[in-house]
Amino acid sequence: MISAVLVVTRRNIVQSAIFLITALLATAGIFLQLHAEFLFIVQVILYAGGIMVLFVFVIMLINLDVSLHQVQFNRQWWLGLVLALALGAQLTVAIAVGRSGLPLGEPVPATMLEPSTELVGKVLFGEYMLPFEIASILLLVAMIGAVVMAKKKV
Amino acid sequence: MIPTSHYLFLSLGLFTVGVIGVVTRRNVIIILMSIELMLNAVNINLVAFSRLVGSAEGHAFAIFIITDAAAEAAVGLGIIIAFFRNRETLLGDEMDLLKW
Repeated sequence: MISAVLVVTRRNIVQSAIFLITALLATAGIFLQLHAEFLFIVQVILYAGGIMVLFVFVIMLINLDVSLHQVQFNRQWWLGLVLALALGAQLTVAIAVGRSGLPLGEPVPATMLEPSTELVGKVLFGEYMLPFEIASILLLVAMIGAVVMAKKKV
Repeated sequence: MIPTSHYLFLSLGLFTVGVIGVVTRRNVIIILMSIELMLNAVNINLVAFSRLVGSAEGHAFAIFIITDAAAEAAVGLGIIIAFFRNRETLLGDEMDLLKW
């Protein structure tokens, strides 16, 4: 949480990226706490490994010295801040009020859970087979798109 | 055992921080990172609810969201590289080629 705030407020994008890694690893820890071992591994390898390498690589490709001396916040940043905080407050009230109406009682005890990796595999390749294949096509399209974007002459 | 509503509040806080980052920053890379933060908040929500119900469908959706985030990061960073090559800047409000 703290590192998430730091991601947004740091002036230097490299520091920002480092704090983003911390935030992602903290999220991975929360997944572990929620008995989602497979997601924990995916988060660590894919997010903290893959996507962050991509970010850091692009940051290195781009000239850093220019952006250090520029104004880093919008001209209307106060308006955006107020609106975003209003959204947050609204959602807080919504959860706090609606909490009693939701069936947020006792979670299923941990001893009754199946091993989560096995369960995820069953769900992913049984019920959600078609979305899974569509996701793979999406990844292919994104890969081709990224290569075309980064080429010198299209 | 931590109640589910605590996870909801945590994810709410993360999401709000992400929104603040998207709305107030000018640097495009940091805007992309804030979007990643928001996606993570949604993932926490999904997994928390899936833990509450005891099924793995929330996990499946969280995996789809992670796939989307990877695709979006790849394309977005490609766009950033192309843009930086043309305009020599990283500021979001300089991206006005399509503005009339």
